Amino acid sequence: MSDRIETLAARIGERFGEQMTRVKSICGELTYELNKDDLIGIATALRDESDFGFEMLMDVCGVDYLGFGSVEWTTQSATGSGFSRGVEREPVILDEADEFLPKRFAVVYHLLSLQHNTRLRLRIFTGVDNPPVVKSVVDVWSSANWFEREAFDLYGILFDGHPDLRRILTDYGFIGHPFRKDFPLIGNVEVKYDADKGRVAYQPVSIEARTLVPRVIRDDDRYSEDLKDGADG
Amino acid sequence: MAEIQSYTMNFGPQHPAAHGVLRLILEMEGEVIRNADPHIGLLHRATEKLAESKPYSQSIGYMDRLDYVSMMCNEHSYVMAIEKLLGVVPPIRAQYIRVMFDEITRILNHLMWLGAHGLDIGAMTIFLYCFREREDLMDCYEAVSGTRMHATYYRPGGVYRDLPDEMPKYQESKFRSKKDLARLNAARQGSLLDFIEAFTDKFPGCVDEYETLLTDNRIWKQRTVNIGVVSPERAAQLGFSGPMLRGSGVEWDLRKKQPYEVYDQIDFDIPVGVHGDCYDRYLVRVEEMRQSNRIIRQCIDWLRANAGPVMSDDRKIVAPPRVEMKDDMESLIHHFKLFTEGYCVPAGEVYAAIEHPKGEFGIYMISDGANKPFRVKIRAPGFAHLSAMSEMVVGHMLADVVAVIGTQDIVFGEVDR
Repeated sequence: MSDRIETLAARIGERFGEQMTRVKSICGELTYELNKDDLIGIATALRDESDFGFEMLMDVCGVDYLGFGSVEWTTQSATGSGFSRGVEREPVILDEADEFLPKRFAVVYHLLSLQHNTRLRLRIFTGVDNPPVVKSVVDVWSSANWFEREAFDLYGILFDGHPDLRRILTDYGFIGHPFRKDFPLIGNVEVKYDADKGRVAYQPVSIEARTLVPRVIRDDDRYSEDLKDGADG
Repeated sequence: MAEIQSYTMNFGPQHPAAHGVLRLILEMEGEVIRNADPHIGLLHRATEKLAESKPYSQSIGYMDRLDYVSMMCNEHSYVMAIEKLLGVVPPIRAQYIRVMFDEITRILNHLMWLGAHGLDIGAMTIFLYCFREREDLMDCYEAVSGTRMHATYYRPGGVYRDLPDEMPKYQESKFRSKKDLARLNAARQGSLLDFIEAFTDKFPGCVDEYETLLTDNRIWKQRTVNIGVVSPERAAQLGFSGPMLRGSGVEWDLRKKQPYEVYDQIDFDIPVGVHGDCYDRYLVRVEEMRQSNRIIRQCIDWLRANAGPVMSDDRKIVAPPRVEMKDDMESLIHHFKLFTEGYCVPAGEVYAAIEHPKGEFGIYMISDGANKPFRVKIRAPGFAHLSAMSEMVVGHMLADVVAVIGTQDIVFGEVDR
């Protein structure tokens, strides 16, 4: 497996050079980051050129990098108090920021080559645009259709050139993009049967957000870059 | 009166042939489908977001509830993703147990599929036959994990516990005669492995029974041959995997091509279809059941001959046994920390895919070094298959829609996630 990956990495380096940047992997997988304007050209080349032969797109997903590496509870020193479960909820801002952080939203593509039996992961950041926009790869791989609809639904990423960009998983008339990190886990609205109106109606959520287990990052020597061999695997 | 050229019809979400909560908006011309627009998401539970809010090991149970007819395979992929990030390799015995239960799960899934698919397009008996065997396999699940469906049996570092030495037996009751009781308990006198072995002895005969009912059945063939034909090129374009891809003649099976656990040491064949229609996919799945049976046999032989641990002894990830915990301070601390805070996983990303009964089931996981995953994406095979629904049914009759839903082996737990 690793031979095949290195061969592929060498071919990609030769063919695309600066356009694709290899990302370090701890699991021996091949990941590249690329500029979102180069996406269609590179995707088509990866599919059509026999050196690569990525005829299958297995997955497309959105990622929201807001709060990457942040913790809810610092554990560097001992504390006299425990972690309070009543975490204050921050208000949700829906698409009100003028610009997003350039590394906030990403779209990740997982490619598979049946001929060469290799996998490849591509990541593009959407940049500061609000709403985030990237080019659709539906014309390159038909399977992107629903995956892109899903990323649009859950993250609000627009796919330019998609034939039918509608919500797919959330309810008809849903407001917001639920997988964004600033969207609360409990949601904003709940439904209940309204006896007066004689129908099901929306109302603001009545439950309280709680964090049962705080998010912590421990500095573990076993995973430290300096102490580990072959970290760029 | 003006002649109506085409009209729109609503199918589901509460339709028995919709296999759950599929809503289809069909544009019809007479009885011919011109366009199909599947509306999904009625069972959307935001599993991925829930997983992001919990320590790693607390989400294993959610995975069972994705594709709720092949529970352990879902767990497998999730657990494998965590193991890859942590760099943990489960003990060899655990790997064999996983492979065995993956294949038991594959049979479970295919039996459910065969029964429901048959029922949808007019075969009643097959449903009863399939559920008869399914019951035995459910008992295996129960014996090993305590639950019949949502097992949470695979854990990072191995499996929850070793195979039991004794198979649970039916109890005496006033509703059951002595004779019935003896018949029900006949295969349950020994260990779980004995029970599974007895099952594998009789199962090929059961598959023959199913095939007698369907394979050469005139009605079955009329309903499935040349329905929903997909060419190999289109199948790859549409992101098909598993029997959907193999039915179109592409020899691709992750168990062979990118082997995980101990699949590279096991002897089995990959059945491949020719025409890419519903009938070929039926044949592929039936043959897969026979191959799974073969794999289970090999696992039983190995498991009988080789004892050993079924869980890694890395105490930073795996909880210590209860006995140790009672008189060892260090174990108590580990136990407490593992079940409250969980463990931190090194920063990085991984895609762990397995050959799930329905196709390629993958977990894409991003970790930022915390005790909860930063992002979990579930790559569900059914999602990609269902997206090709429109293409597969256009030009067919309304009744064939049901055959196509059946052949795609759709389960909404995983499509909607």
